[in-house]
Amino acid sequence: MKARVFVTLKNGVLDPQGKAIHHALDGLGFSGVNDVRAGKLIELDLAEGTSEADIEAMCRKLLANTVIENFRIERVETVA
Amino acid sequence: MRSAVIVFPGSNCDRDLAVALAAVTGAKPTMVWHRDSELPAGTEFIGIPGGFSYGDYLRSGAMAARSPIMAAVTVAAARGVPVIGICNGFQVLTEAGLLPGALMRNAGLNFVCRSVPLKVETSQSLFTAGYDQGEEIAFPVAHHDGNYQADEATLDRLEGEGRVALRYLDEVNGSARRIAGILNDAGNVLGLMPHPERAFEPAHGATDGRRLFEGLIEQVAA
Repeated sequence: MKARVFVTLKNGVLDPQGKAIHHALDGLGFSGVNDVRAGKLIELDLAEGTSEADIEAMCRKLLANTVIENFRIERVETVA
Repeated sequence: MRSAVIVFPGSNCDRDLAVALAAVTGAKPTMVWHRDSELPAGTEFIGIPGGFSYGDYLRSGAMAARSPIMAAVTVAAARGVPVIGICNGFQVLTEAGLLPGALMRNAGLNFVCRSVPLKVETSQSLFTAGYDQGEEIAFPVAHHDGNYQADEATLDRLEGEGRVALRYLDEVNGSARRIAGILNDAGNVLGLMPHPERAFEPAHGATDGRRLFEGLIEQVAA
C-alpha cells in the first residue's frame, strides 16, 4: 500500500517561498493569483496493513514539524 | 572541563567550536559521532555545531534531531548539563524539542552571511555572564533558515522569563521580535543563530564571542 503525506504551513505562518512564487507568477503576467503557499508531498510505500495510527505517528515524529506545519494523510490503494 | 562536540554528517563548524572550547577549557573536547548513543562519562558541556546536517533534508535540523546521540543529549540537558546549539545546532535543538519555536527560511529568502550587531538581553545566564546586560556585541551569521518563529504566547513567555538571550539590532532574517538566541526554561540550553566561535580570536576580526565561552567556563566551574 502507499500513502501520500501533504505537509503545509499552518495558517498565519509567513511563507517566504510562497511569496516568491507569487511574485514570479505576477512577473509572468498571471494576474489572478490571490495567494501562494508552498508545501511538501511525501510519498510512502508501506507494508500492507500499516495502520493509520502508525502513519500519523510518522508525521508527528518526523515528517511534519507541528510547531509550524499541518499534515494530511491520503491512503492510496495499490492494485495488485 | 570535559566537553563534547556532536558531529553530524554535514556539520562544518564542529572543528571551529572544538578549537574555541579547547582554548578556554585547556582540554580538547571529545568529538561525538551522531550514531553514538552515549556521551563520554562525565561530560560537563555539550556543543551542537553549525553546518548543514543531513544536507538540510526535510527541514534544517530535522534528521539530526532524531539521530541516536540526541536522545543522550536530551537526557543530559534534563540533568542540567549546559548545551549550546549554534546555527544548525539551534535548528537541531528546536527540532528536538529542547527549545520552543522553529527556524524558518529567511524572510528575504537570501542566505545571510555577514557580521551582525547584537544586544545582550540578559547577562543572568550561564552563557552570557561574560557580558554586561544591554551590551552591544557583534557575531557573524551565516544561514538560510534563521527566521525564528513561535506563537505569540510563547514569545511573550520567553520575553517575560528573561529567556531571550540575544537580539539582532537590525533586521536580519525576519525573526519574530528580532530574536537571535533563546534559553530553555531551566537556563542550561542556549540556541543562537550567530556564531560566537567565529568571533573568537583577533585573526577573525572580532573577539566578542570569546567572552561567551569564558563566561560559561567560569559559571560551570563556580
